Amino acid sequence: MLAGFTKGERFSALSLATVVAIVGLFFALMGQDALLQTHGAMMAAAAACALLYLVLTYSAPEPALDRLHRYYDGPTKVGVVLAMIFAVVGFLVGDWVAWLLYNPDLTFDAGWASYGRLRPLHTSAVIFGFGGNALIATSFYILQRTSRARLADPVGAWFVLLGYNLFCAIAASGYLMGATQSKEYAEPEWYADIWLTVVWVAYLLVYLRTLARRREPHIYVSNWYYLAFILVVAVLHIVNNLAIPVSFLQSKSYSLFSGVQDAMTQWWYGHNAVGFFLTAGFLGMLYYYLPIRSGRPIFSYRLSIISFWGITFFYMWAGSHHLHYTALPQWVQTLGMTFSVMLLVPSWASATNALLTLNGAWHKVRDDATLRFITVAILFYGLSTLEGSFMSIRSVNALSHYTDWTIGHVHAGAMGWVAMIAFGAIYASVPWLWKRDSMYSTRLVEVHFWLAIAGTVIYVFAMWNSGIIQGLMWRTYTESGTLAYSFVDSLVAMKPYYAARAVGGLLFLIGGVVGLYNVWMTIRTAPKAAAEFDRPMPATPAFEPAE
Amino acid sequence: MFGLHYRLERKTIGFLLGIIGVSSIGGLIEIAPLFTIDETVEQVADMRVYTPLEQAGRDIYIREGCYGCHSQLIRTLRDEVERYGPFSLAVESKYDHPMQWGSKRTGPDLARMGGKYSDDWQRAHLINPRDVVPESNMPAYAFLQRALLRTDNLGLRLATLRQLGVPYTDEMVANAAADAQGQATPDTALAEGVRRRYGDATNISTFAGAAGKLTEMDALVAYLQILGRLTNAAHEMAAGE
Ligand code: HEC
Ligand code: HEM
Repeated sequence: MLAGFTKGERFSALSLATVVAIVGLFFALMGQDALLQTHGAMMAAAAACALLYLVLTYSAPEPALDRLHRYYDGPTKVGVVLAMIFAVVGFLVGDWVAWLLYNPDLTFDAGWASYGRLRPLHTSAVIFGFGGNALIATSFYILQRTSRARLADPVGAWFVLLGYNLFCAIAASGYLMGATQSKEYAEPEWYADIWLTVVWVAYLLVYLRTLARRREPHIYVSNWYYLAFILVVAVLHIVNNLAIPVSFLQSKSYSLFSGVQDAMTQWWYGHNAVGFFLTAGFLGMLYYYLPIRSGRPIFSYRLSIISFWGITFFYMWAGSHHLHYTALPQWVQTLGMTFSVMLLVPSWASATNALLTLNGAWHKVRDDATLRFITVAILFYGLSTLEGSFMSIRSVNALSHYTDWTIGHVHAGAMGWVAMIAFGAIYASVPWLWKRDSMYSTRLVEVHFWLAIAGTVIYVFAMWNSGIIQGLMWRTYTESGTLAYSFVDSLVAMKPYYAARAVGGLLFLIGGVVGLYNVWMTIRTAPKAAAEFDRPMPATPAFEPAE
Repeated sequence: MFGLHYRLERKTIGFLLGIIGVSSIGGLIEIAPLFTIDETVEQVADMRVYTPLEQAGRDIYIREGCYGCHSQLIRTLRDEVERYGPFSLAVESKYDHPMQWGSKRTGPDLARMGGKYSDDWQRAHLINPRDVVPESNMPAYAFLQRALLRTDNLGLRLATLRQLGVPYTDEMVANAAADAQGQATPDTALAEGVRRRYGDATNISTFAGAAGKLTEMDALVAYLQILGRLTNAAHEMAAGE
């Protein structure tokens, strides 16, 4: 069987799936609105599929005992494929909403197809679907190699991966049907939030139990970051989603906090979702794939330590830079601004450490598109952290806030850093996972690279331009001291940039499709026999930083 | 220091506690005081609550994700105040669970939308924004006009909000569904009940115009018409300066 469970594990997986199926059925039958019923049914259906698989394979032979000397990569393999699928879906919806801003009638006359519901679908599909799957998949991969230990709990690892994707499916279908709290990046309703909390605790436990089994005395840097990612995201998620459901049988809830306290909690969450989901987790990825792929040890161990603790400490203060000139007390705004500027130090320390690691390997960057994805990601990381610190300054923020400049900034980070590093990591791991020398087509990796770069640059430049024009138009006065432009004037001025952004997005999307095809063909043409064997654990110490 | 770290990174639990400690300081110092310091939210006497119809409209605003294009927070900057009206005070979103301050203005700020346009304008604009503002890229919300408003759950919703600190009375909770109907049917006994419970200033109107059936469009228009008018404090403050 694919999962390679022992008899005992099969039993616990069966029990787990049964419990989930019962909970799902309960909501499907007892739920008082269509949302809760549908989502209950989805949960039950997912559990039923798992049950069916487990029953059909229940009497399959036990895996051989020497499995304990092999890494457990099933969840990683599935996670990588899911990440690529979510990437394509997320980019597709992203480009659709981009075209909608250019021509709002490119849609259907129905609630599900309206911009306000599609936009969160885009953000969640790319951040949680694509980013989250890439993080979970690579974290399991890296954790085992850097600890030289097999994953502690195979059933738990599958539960984490599949449960997480069930959360993504519930969230995505929920937006289309109108289930949302309208809290940015925390849109899913209370029941989805509780489910994610359960999955996340399981994730932490699998992680810690595997770390506890490690045969390396030291915990490798990547794992510091993944650990911070898992822990802090748990805290953020729980606190920001505190809410009282209208009834336990209805999907609607009201958040515990209101007004200014809610705003501060929300942006403490929102900013640190960027810091710990989209930064810390992906830095963990960087610290593994960069040295492996370039064949160079991390430049400085001390710089790694400084930047890790700097990021962990400074990020948590910075959220209030989203609330300049608002009803939030001034001292909180000032603290947020100060720490945001200081945040540049550990951020650039990471970027510098990564770039200097490449010394002596620059010829590989030239020849190897996978390593080039990783390198460009570092550059965009440096760029967007500099820009972010700059935009946190009150007077700059007065211009940039509420405009497309923010969107440009977000996507320099999201497309340039998050997506590029994830693609680099996926292109590096897929051949390793399926025991091949290289991807199905290295030419196509090259094609994807140039599409991604072109798309990102077009997108970001378009939004910088439109954002700054917009900000300036809103605050321009005529000589007689009245506002020079109406809001609609600024809207008209955005049109060409919205078209350019949508074209850039289309290139990026095509790149994603090429990537998915390439990954799929790599898997399909992988030699069958070899795939049954996981790589033996290396006898030599796993990779350690220099110094 | 690095020697210490060299030892720390060999201990899973130690490392875990380190992360928890270091990461929690910022949030604690910035957020906790907001709940205890009295000056965070101004005290004003005339602050009223959303009527059931307005709250239902707010729930639709949330469901449709209008925050993706509209802010509801006017910053303390001269051009914003001149464009949109007096800057937003904390008290104005005191009953907003959750707040909808927003972060992106694809469309204009809505914090002071109430009373700016007629109900008819709002309805026509929501059905197809381009009929009213040809250059607009706002989505058409014609489907709201076709959807009947569910009022049976409004009592539960107000009761939940009351648990969270919004001062709804027992009577308001008990009559939530009837009051939603009443606010959209002027000159009836139902409407009188709304006025009695929520005050004379309550905006009683046929909103989206389709007499007889209460639609989601009615609720949303009712909500848009109350935006910025739960209290007069911001205007008074602006006049006082
Ligand atoms: C795609 C972005 C977008 C979405 C989503 C959106 N709007 Fe708009 N909205 C705009 C734009 C652009 C304008 C300015 C042009 C116009 O008046 O149509 C606008 C204008 C408005 C106005 C008039 C503001 C004024 O001062 O003239 C109101 C009221 C409004 N929107 C309400 C809503 C509501 C309610 C929703 C959610 C159901 C919503 N909008 C969703 C983009 C959007
Ligand atoms: C094909 C590539 C992409 C396209 C075409 C695209 C398009 C868009 C559009 C049109 C918006 C709404 C902008 C607005 O409100 O004006 C948006 C928002 C957003 N996108 Fe993307 N996007 C892409 C890739 C990504 C990726 C890879 C990520 C993250 C990993 C991402 C994260 C976000 C986030 C977080 C927002 C919300 C920004 C905010 O509210 O400040 N996007 N995107």
